[in-house]
Amino acid sequence: MEQTILQLSYLIGSITFILGLKMLSHPDSARRGNLVAATGMGIAIFATIFLYKDHEGNPLGNYPWIFAALIIGSVVGTLAAKRVQMTAMPEMVSLFNGMGGACAMLISLIEYHHNPTPSTGILLVIVLGMIIGTVSFAGSIIAWGKLNGKIKDKSISGAQVINFILWAALLSLSVMLIGGYTTESWVFYTILILAAVYGVLFVMPIGGADMPVVISLLNSFTGVAAAFGGFLYNNPVMLTGGILVGSAGTILTMLMCKAMNRSLKNVLIGSFGAAKVGVAGVVKEQGNYKEISLNDTATLMAYAQKVCIIPGYGLAVAQAQHACHELEKLLEEKGVEVTYGIHPVAGRMPGHMNVLLAEADVPYEKLLEMEDANDQMSSTNVVLILGANDVVNPAAKEDPSSPIYGMPILEVQKADHVIVNKRSMKPGYAGIENELFFKPKTSMLFGDAKKVLQDLVSELKQV
Amino acid sequence: METIQNLFTDPAIYRLLTIVILSIFLGIEVIGRVPSVLHTPLMSGANAIHGVVIIGAIIVMGQARADDYLALTLGFWAVILGTLNVVGGFVVTDRMLEMFSKKKAKK
Repeated sequence: MEQTILQLSYLIGSITFILGLKMLSHPDSARRGNLVAATGMGIAIFATIFLYKDHEGNPLGNYPWIFAALIIGSVVGTLAAKRVQMTAMPEMVSLFNGMGGACAMLISLIEYHHNPTPSTGILLVIVLGMIIGTVSFAGSIIAWGKLNGKIKDKSISGAQVINFILWAALLSLSVMLIGGYTTESWVFYTILILAAVYGVLFVMPIGGADMPVVISLLNSFTGVAAAFGGFLYNNPVMLTGGILVGSAGTILTMLMCKAMNRSLKNVLIGSFGAAKVGVAGVVKEQGNYKEISLNDTATLMAYAQKVCIIPGYGLAVAQAQHACHELEKLLEEKGVEVTYGIHPVAGRMPGHMNVLLAEADVPYEKLLEMEDANDQMSSTNVVLILGANDVVNPAAKEDPSSPIYGMPILEVQKADHVIVNKRSMKPGYAGIENELFFKPKTSMLFGDAKKVLQDLVSELKQV
Repeated sequence: METIQNLFTDPAIYRLLTIVILSIFLGIEVIGRVPSVLHTPLMSGANAIHGVVIIGAIIVMGQARADDYLALTLGFWAVILGTLNVVGGFVVTDRMLEMFSKKKAKK
């Protein structure tokens, strides 16, 4: 009877995961979808704790340990997830993903330790689960470090050769171990270390702008690692959950690449890293740019009919979304039509800007998707770019040698005036110059986005 | 060779294999045409779902002998990390989506 309930719980778990993912991909049902999947997860977890029996029919023990770990994990996880700034969401997701990878890695470690003479099938599952879990763990930690600026982009010369050697070593050692040519445990631990090194080197050269894609890919890796656990314990819910995330994650990764018009291969080789060297080698002369004062900006915007605000990562780091909404309300009071032009990959993650502006209560209908924003651009008087760079870089349309060539951009040049708020003339995340800043229509307004917006608001009140 | 044969003759393994293949297609189908606005929450939600590894961690932990300190310690950590993945993942996703629904309600 208990086993029937357990299996039924697993079935419910699997169904909620499928339903959850399905609902998550529609705006109206997304939040409920998340709750549905979470409920299914809870059912599966508690059913396992209380009803699971091994082959001899023994129930699980060590309840104090299990519950202590569950409570610690829940408290820390909830606090971390609640406290994190909206801007740091991407890092957080990457970190949680790494935790899942590490969990899969530890399971493999213990199971290897438990099975002195495993069958080929079990060994295969243990070793593969460990490799994928470890790569995902190490990679996610690096991605996390990169996103919060702790780790800088580094392109290691000959990285591809090193990676190839690592792959060859991983493969041959795994074949030796799984094929039964050796039973030495050092081989297993060497595989563990190599996988960790590979995970680090895999993410290291990839540019920050591509990080969302990498996180999504590592996300699907962890899914596959979880699925290997499903094989290990003959557990259907781990299998469906893991594989679903594995395949959905892969598709999502490809969709994200498409949104940025980059191929997965380019992302993985880290062509931004490589191209950066090329661009730096032929430093184009920085043209002349002109600055604009706060006062002039305020006047220009106050007498405009239509203003389009283009937010980017600068807005996110400065936490300026509320100040931005303030400015927008003030302009509307003065009879100016204000819209937001949202590039799908502005910020650090697709949809990053939507989430951020929604937090500041910016009405949904003011957020224009890129195509709509571009359609309205020629009738716009003033475009205010807040800390966005690559998504408005005309090189993506005009310069075939540019690393971002082909990426769809917001065509701000069609507007009458372009005001760019940035902290300095430094290039954006892709590490390339932006000719937009030197165009005659463009004026620069330097400073931290939040400070500038607050100052603009007080200036506007006096206009 | 024997292992490969087992894939098809052992009913348990064959069943798992069927689940794998069907799940792959299901995963592709389910994601289908998701708007780019939802990419981040979807990734985050999927991230929480692969936290099912925690079930493996619980099983390992529950089967560890009371004097097997290595398994107990590692298993303890595995359960903590798995819980972090599950709980943190779902809470973060909910926070992201909360903002979407907030503006929906106001509309």
